[in-house]
Amino acid sequence: MDAIILQILNGLDKGSAYALIALGLTLIFGTLGVVNFAHGALFMIGAFCAVTLNRILTLSHQVVDESRKDFLGNPLKVDVPYVNDWFGEAAGATIIDWAVPLAILFSIPVMIAIGVIMERGLIKHFYRRPHADQILVTFGLAIVLQEIIKYFYGANPIPTPAPDVFRGSFDFGVLLGFDPNVIIYPYWRLVYFAFAALIIGGVFAFLQFTTFGMVVRAGMADRETVGLLGINIDRRFTIMFGLAAAVAGLAGVMYAPINSPNYHMGMDFLVLSFVVVVVGGMGSLPGAVLAGFVLGVLESFASMNEIKSILPGIDQIIIYLVAIIILLTRPRGLMGRKGVMED
Amino acid sequence: MFGLGKKDTTVFVVVIILALCAPFILNPFPTGSSLAQFNAGYPDLMQRFVIFGIFAIGFNLLFGLTGYLSFGHAAFLGMGSYAAVWMFKLLSMNVIPAILLSMVVAGLFAVVIGYVSLRRSGIYFSILTLAFAQMSYNLAYSVLTPITNGETGLQITLDDPRILGSSATADGSIPVTNLFGLEMRHFTTVDVAGWSFNFSVGYYLCAVIMILAFYVAVRIFRSPFGMMLRAIKSNQQRLYYTGLNARPYTLAVFVISGMYAGLAGGLMASMDPLAGPERMQWTASGEVVLMTILGGAGTLIGPVLGAGFIKYFENIFSKINDSVLHGWFAFLPDGLENFVIAILHPFVGKGWHLTLGLMFMLVVIFLPGGLVEGGQRISRALRRDKPEDNGAASKASHEPAE
Repeated sequence: MDAIILQILNGLDKGSAYALIALGLTLIFGTLGVVNFAHGALFMIGAFCAVTLNRILTLSHQVVDESRKDFLGNPLKVDVPYVNDWFGEAAGATIIDWAVPLAILFSIPVMIAIGVIMERGLIKHFYRRPHADQILVTFGLAIVLQEIIKYFYGANPIPTPAPDVFRGSFDFGVLLGFDPNVIIYPYWRLVYFAFAALIIGGVFAFLQFTTFGMVVRAGMADRETVGLLGINIDRRFTIMFGLAAAVAGLAGVMYAPINSPNYHMGMDFLVLSFVVVVVGGMGSLPGAVLAGFVLGVLESFASMNEIKSILPGIDQIIIYLVAIIILLTRPRGLMGRKGVMED
Repeated sequence: MFGLGKKDTTVFVVVIILALCAPFILNPFPTGSSLAQFNAGYPDLMQRFVIFGIFAIGFNLLFGLTGYLSFGHAAFLGMGSYAAVWMFKLLSMNVIPAILLSMVVAGLFAVVIGYVSLRRSGIYFSILTLAFAQMSYNLAYSVLTPITNGETGLQITLDDPRILGSSATADGSIPVTNLFGLEMRHFTTVDVAGWSFNFSVGYYLCAVIMILAFYVAVRIFRSPFGMMLRAIKSNQQRLYYTGLNARPYTLAVFVISGMYAGLAGGLMASMDPLAGPERMQWTASGEVVLMTILGGAGTLIGPVLGAGFIKYFENIFSKINDSVLHGWFAFLPDGLENFVIAILHPFVGKGWHLTLGLMFMLVVIFLPGGLVEGGQRISRALRRDKPEDNGAASKASHEPAE
């Protein structure tokens, strides 16, 4: 029992990342009808927003500290971050410590800008081209974005720590009446899950309860009619693209402490996210979220030793296997609408 | 000639000349000159040109003719490599059985994977092939280690049985791959007034096989079967309404295309008896997609050009470093020189993939027909003033079958 709960918890944080990326992918596909292979790159750029903010905040200048001496007896030169000068030492240290959460604020405008530029500059010209062309051009874009990041940040993963408060683990088992130290779960992963739930809830609420969201939903259902009613649906869809980019970016920012960002993390997640989208059903937002969590949890179950001893290697292929079965038995995915890309 | 039309014969002869004279064509600069680093006429690189050419020709049969975009083709190449290395381990170091087995193995897997994947089309087909390839890659990495030797890759060793050959040569080293005694790595260097040309046994074997593969591809392109595949690409629905089932045709071409990939994998292992799982990774599948699109999907010669182009620039571009750039731009004033080099620096050396990505995007955006279409546009622009209807005819035969 405890092992099962532990695996469910373990699956949730990966599932959250899948769900967030798949949500963004589905937003883009559902509104614009574009298959975006560069979405993983947006996730990666989000993670590097956290790295960048971390670097900006720790920008420092050298100050000669007379009170301390190095081993030669000369006054020691200490790196003092600029934020310490501006906000005082204690506040400065706190700000640096909280760089990753602060990067959320930093990344939203950046990601929306990137998304809008991408849509207006490139994707716009591909609406009328076949899906294969869209895949190819966004695949090229993903390579370019990835290489740009590699050029500036190098090929090695860059550790980006979470705030100190969230270091350590939470003894989840005690809450449920198990022995201590049976089910322990890192705080940051809990935060990640809560954050993902918040974003997902936010996106759904935005689409469901605002006029803007209503228009977008109407546009997803029948773009032409909405256009004929005199609504500039293209502009709204552009904004949705920016929003989808921001969702991917936020998923990346918060994922940075879990896995040190490197330039190819986007590609690694992209393949899986596509599988998630397809399992959930192309164009179905709840489907994407559901499939993300289901596949995340399934993946962590498959990596249990008990299961691996019966079916060796199952943990490596479970997601793809599920995707193949779903695609063949239920062509429109778990929750796909009838008639949306069923061929 | 050989049952080909006039135009195809020209293309075929061009390919033969390119393949057989590659050691000359790719070595245009004398050894020792400052441009010698752009020479690509050494056996290892030339072998890669033709092997990836075969791979891309096979991929183009599937994608160019039917429009089914497979994102997992490298899996077949990897399987072919493994099969060939196992043949070297168990049977003999002769390359013929190895290459045959690699084609058979890749073909069998293609039957299974194709049968399942081809039930869907469009993006779903891409995802399904991708899923199968990633599964093969992950399994080769983990559970199948007894067969694939995991991360290290499968290698030949001294204590392999090699029933028809010998486990070790007389002096106790690992035997090398050969074609009835002709060693693959053997080459002769001919020095002609400053130039030195390498003629390698391995390269010529690959080149001959590529010419055969190209010939088969041309025949498929021009056959009624190829016509059927184009029909599937242009309108599958209508094909169904006329009472034809498209699936046997797509499955057949998927298997043929998988066998081409297996052949390429087998050749790769024959040149260097080693097979690793990274050959099956989806980025490797992406690479063959890049080659085909860059050269021109649906054209005959496009994939070969694309493969050569990408492999050439991969090797040559990544060798250009800052000191080479300084050498080139030394004629500029210092400030300007440094500025130009700072601009170029991200695109050369290790940044070669950035150039590749940009080039690929530009091709997809502006030249959907790839390099071949680019060449046609240029030649049409040059001949614009001459009123002749020949241009229209060549356009019809070379245009990607949409």
